[in-house]
Amino acid sequence: MEVIFVLIGISLVMAGGFLWLFFKAMKGGQFDDQHTPAIRILFDQKTKSKANKKPPKKKK
Amino acid sequence: MSGTTLEKFSYDNKIVKFFGAATMIWGLAGMLIGLLAATQLFLPEANLGNPYTTFGRIRPLHTNAVIFAFVGNAIFAGVYYSMPRLLKAPMWNKTLSWIHFWGWQAIILSAVITLPLGLTSSKEYAELEWPIDIAIAVIWVAFGANMIGTLIKRREKHMYVAIWFYLASFVTVAVLHIFNSLALPVSFMKSYSAYAGVQDALVQWWYGHNAVAFFLTTPFLGLMYYYLPKAANRPVFSYKLSIVHFWSLIFLYIWAGPHHLLYTALPEWAQVLGVAFSIMLLAPSWGGMVNGLLTLRGAWDKVRVDPVLKFMVVAVTAYGMATFEGPLLSIKSVNAIAHYTDWIVAHVHIGGLGWNGFLTFSMLYWLWPRMWRTKLFSVKLANTHFWLGTLGILFYALPMYVAALTQSLMWKEFADTGRLAYPNFLETVIQIVPMYMLRAFGGLLYLAGAILMVYNLVKTAAAGSFLEEEEDEAPALAKHVEEKNEFWHRAWERKPVFFTILATVAILIGGIVEIIPTILVKSNVPTISSVQPYTPLELQGRDLYIANGCVGCHSQMIRPFRFETERYGEYSKAGEYVYDRPFLWGSKRTGPDLHRVGGKYPDSWHYHHMVDPRSMSPGSLMPPYPWMTTNIMDHSNIGAKIRTMQKLGVPYEEGYDERALEDLQSQAKKIAGNLKESGIEVLPDTEIVALISYLQRLGTDIKKGGSGNE
Repeated sequence: MEVIFVLIGISLVMAGGFLWLFFKAMKGGQFDDQHTPAIRILFDQKTKSKANKKPPKKKK
Repeated sequence: MSGTTLEKFSYDNKIVKFFGAATMIWGLAGMLIGLLAATQLFLPEANLGNPYTTFGRIRPLHTNAVIFAFVGNAIFAGVYYSMPRLLKAPMWNKTLSWIHFWGWQAIILSAVITLPLGLTSSKEYAELEWPIDIAIAVIWVAFGANMIGTLIKRREKHMYVAIWFYLASFVTVAVLHIFNSLALPVSFMKSYSAYAGVQDALVQWWYGHNAVAFFLTTPFLGLMYYYLPKAANRPVFSYKLSIVHFWSLIFLYIWAGPHHLLYTALPEWAQVLGVAFSIMLLAPSWGGMVNGLLTLRGAWDKVRVDPVLKFMVVAVTAYGMATFEGPLLSIKSVNAIAHYTDWIVAHVHIGGLGWNGFLTFSMLYWLWPRMWRTKLFSVKLANTHFWLGTLGILFYALPMYVAALTQSLMWKEFADTGRLAYPNFLETVIQIVPMYMLRAFGGLLYLAGAILMVYNLVKTAAAGSFLEEEEDEAPALAKHVEEKNEFWHRAWERKPVFFTILATVAILIGGIVEIIPTILVKSNVPTISSVQPYTPLELQGRDLYIANGCVGCHSQMIRPFRFETERYGEYSKAGEYVYDRPFLWGSKRTGPDLHRVGGKYPDSWHYHHMVDPRSMSPGSLMPPYPWMTTNIMDHSNIGAKIRTMQKLGVPYEEGYDERALEDLQSQAKKIAGNLKESGIEVLPDTEIVALISYLQRLGTDIKKGGSGNE
């Protein structure tokens, strides 16, 4: 059953890695704004680029 | 925005189109194979009379196709569309995107070829052999590198919650896949697991559960958090909750694996640990479900008319149901009833058909008209698909619940005499055959719906014009000043924490590589003195058992319940499996447990039973294997197999690899002689002889040595 210590070790390393990421993200201000990100994703780009426009006539 | 210049860039839609198309093609293929497997369970003739299409080989093909091909490609399509848009940057490297795409399809193709050929490691959801495992690791890392590269080049400082889900999925799946796949190759397409018996079981289910968690759940939660708000045009109900959902989910998920091994030979404390974390998982899972459903508050009128939202509502509800059922099933007393039955099959299909399937469909219905800049070809067809799919799920799951409870209660039933009420396993199978038929009907409905979708989307694409590169513009992210031309390592060194972690990980990898073999070899010292390594012929028979996927229907793990020991014999002990590479405990009993089958029947019984199961067990659902009596088995690699086992610490005498073939042949002759006495003429080097030798050995060691000391 020694392998369980290996698994616990790996799991702890992963969990520790995620914990570190969490603190880093928190200090980096990722979670400061808990309102606008949810809304921002709803706005699609409004580029005036012609390339995005559908060609005027449907191809047959 | 004053003073900042807008940068122009474009998003690659072509890769999304390809991944989306692959999702549909492999989805149909995977479901069709599933339907075949479901049919085989009430109509053995559907095994088609050849080794390549028997249930044991078709089932892993189905699971691999739907998980890694259908769901996998759907994840990639969803990520390659949403991630660049969320980060305001195209995917980091287009070449890498295409390597990822074609590499992944090649891996799937190799699975389609190798699994029917019986080239399998037999570990559930990790069946592919070692060269393909390496390819998976490489391609997966390419996917991860592409994501991280995009992250570094992003123009949007904030990482939306979906991105977190994508990244966690990448990191965790990589680690799990590598550790579970560790094996020592014998030849190009054969290897033996680095772990044995109970350890192999633990590693497998640590992986198996997390494959569900980090392949079928977290990436799809990321997709949900992007596509559901987009489709409803409403912000997610609570962004704060989504962050809590993410962090709590990933911290809890890694520990839940042992709930797949309750009441087995796994140590009790490990089982309890798994149960505790599994029950805790209910909280974040339902947090996510509630967050998804409440996003639709005030938009339910849209749900009535928009098929995309309909699919999403059922998907999120199915997620909620499956994640309620999961903790329930990991409670030991519930698990005692549900384990080895069709309940588990129903559970995974609520998740697979409902959550993964329906979210994928909704995503494709949403993406296709957008990328082709047109309207969906037919909303009516999509609605028909929705109802076919929903009915399909119900017709699939409900009969499975009935089948599971019926069979489980029959297994446990004792008559007034104190004997089993249904001592013949087959009685409990025949009872539920009608449920198997209904299940296949449910699968057929679901597949029919998916075919409608493909038709609908092909028509949609034909009517529109595809936008290959979607242009966008955004200001560059303000950068901290860095010296040009400075050595790359300098930048890392300025970030002490980051650097320390990297260093630790590097050291850990080295340490683990060194430590694991030592630990594992040491643990191979038998704990039951009478348990001996397999003879060469038995090893060959075992490999045949693996190649034919017998483990898909037959467990080799008798739980310590009276109704099990009464039916099968002495309960299974950890020390009996120390030479089992891989472990073959199984997770489903469509047929009876085989751990104590050794010596139970004469050789001739096994011969007749393999040729035609129904001749020995009328009404049996087992596929016949008549070719085993004539197929000559290639024993030339037995020396290499013995050497591999020796390297893994199995105590064959030194130089035994030289004598193995001789031993093998003499044992084969003995069995062929036994069969001859019963009037059966068979060549000693046929497959059936090797298989019989293995079956007759199963679970007999502890009987030889009197009471084993564990």
